[in-house]
Amino acid sequence: MSEIPNDMYYTRTHEWVRLEDDGTVTVGISDHAQELLGDIVFVELPEVDSEYAAEDACCVVESVKAASDIYMPITGEVVDTNQALVEEPDLINSSPYDDGWIFKIRPADDEDIGQLMDASTYEAEIADE
Amino acid sequence: MPFIPHTEDEIRDMLSVIGADSIDQLFDEIPAHLRAQSIDGVPDGMNEMEVSRLMNARAKQDGQPICFMGAGAYEHHIPAAVWQITTRGEYYTAYTPYQAEASQGTLQLIYEFQSMMTALTAMDVSNASLYDGASALSEAVLMAVRGNRKSKSRRILLPTNVNPVYGSASRSIVQHQNIELVDVAIDETTGQTSMDALKAYEGEDITAVVISQPTFFGTLEQVDAITDWAHANGAMVIAVVNPMSLALLKPPGEWGEKGADIACGDGQPLGAPMSSGGPYYGFMCCQKAHVRQMPGRIVGRTVDQDGKEGFVLTLQAREQHIRRSKATSNICTNQGLVVTASTIYMSLLGPSGLEKVAAACHQNTNKLIAKLSAIDGVDVLFDGAVFHEVVLKLNKPVAEVLAKLADKNILGGYDLSKDYPQLGNALLVCVTEMRTDEEIDDYAAELKKILSANER
Repeated sequence: MSEIPNDMYYTRTHEWVRLEDDGTVTVGISDHAQELLGDIVFVELPEVDSEYAAEDACCVVESVKAASDIYMPITGEVVDTNQALVEEPDLINSSPYDDGWIFKIRPADDEDIGQLMDASTYEAEIADE
Repeated sequence: MPFIPHTEDEIRDMLSVIGADSIDQLFDEIPAHLRAQSIDGVPDGMNEMEVSRLMNARAKQDGQPICFMGAGAYEHHIPAAVWQITTRGEYYTAYTPYQAEASQGTLQLIYEFQSMMTALTAMDVSNASLYDGASALSEAVLMAVRGNRKSKSRRILLPTNVNPVYGSASRSIVQHQNIELVDVAIDETTGQTSMDALKAYEGEDITAVVISQPTFFGTLEQVDAITDWAHANGAMVIAVVNPMSLALLKPPGEWGEKGADIACGDGQPLGAPMSSGGPYYGFMCCQKAHVRQMPGRIVGRTVDQDGKEGFVLTLQAREQHIRRSKATSNICTNQGLVVTASTIYMSLLGPSGLEKVAAACHQNTNKLIAKLSAIDGVDVLFDGAVFHEVVLKLNKPVAEVLAKLADKNILGGYDLSKDYPQLGNALLVCVTEMRTDEEIDDYAAELKKILSANER
């Protein structure tokens, strides 16, 4: 059973989304997603300062099995990316919710995050897969 | 692996299982107006005897003149061993193999090819080849648009001294993808890209700059200055290079402070005959940082579970069978056999052999230039050093002069007046290691006669 922390939101495409104290939002992929992907070998990070709409493909995670797009969970501007993933992409496997975060965004609308799934809804969602 | 087509019975059985009446019915979903119609102008099929007869007649038309023509395809000596080895059954395929466990020999050969190309270009990575030089530039343009993520303009600066065929092929391929290829003027005294024309784009969002070395005119480009200018302006650098020239010239990986980002070109000079235009192959190398944007297949060396060396296709997540519509390209290799010949050619010559060939071309070209400069009615159009081609300005229309040289069994060069009308009566002449001193003397003597005749 994969880990699904309660203090964050989730998307149908398996990104997790955490609201930080400074109003920015951190994004990564769920424990369930990293298990499905297998060993991650490369992350193509988004460009800082670029703006994306919700559900835009903004970065790519490549594993030994597949290359998958990561989608913008909510509309906003990318303010930071996890440079540690350049050398150690497998941080996403070993620590999907902490050291393996992928990028931070400044949401266009602070209300948007509330539209995403909470942990229990996401748990039910992946149980159906 | 035997190729066994389905029998009529098998086809009928399969159709009955899925409940379809005919194979055509399987395509009903595609609206009629989108289906391939019969193609006009394609002649009926011929049997082997008829094809041989036709090709022999065509080969005779060619007449095997003494060749002073380059302009993208070059006549070099190909050691007999090259095609003797290439056409062995073990090598006889056009494709990169899918099954690594059954294709170690072919995969190793491609790996060696890639290693040779990276050594020649001083780049980090090479792919397993592309169709030809023109498609290699097109793919390099698409790759730069993907790879330069800071640039949003999708504008590529393309100096007019890049092979015009490469330019038009690239335009055909990229024009419907919202990518703009912007002509950059040349300096009319040197044939190099005009630094003033380039600097007009300073501060603008430019995705990449193409640099041809040598230029289509045979002259040498200011590769360091343009590379550094491009990088300072946030643009990637695409090098279009003649691989033979790299035996003598500074490789693209060492241009300027940081080197070119992508190097591509046509591999024909390395062991492929001119054969009326093909098949040739394209090559492409890049810096490691861009490898995930590289099109085509890449062979890697690895070890198996017992620690034994083995060769595999690698970084396949870029490719269409994994990334589907988001693949870097739908290109696969189709030119594997020519690549095989090239790899054998390079291994037979080695670095010093290649250097000797390139130096002999350069020397022969200089010999011809020295002879021709003494003729009234001939001027060397551009100042500065050349590799193995030179542009001559004649006092008569080039087509007329070429026709008269053809009467003497001399293929006198490439008439630039169609692609570059502003250059006047300009003729592009190439001399490789194949031309003897006697042939060079003959060319000069015949040209002198033609240009001095009928003068009133």
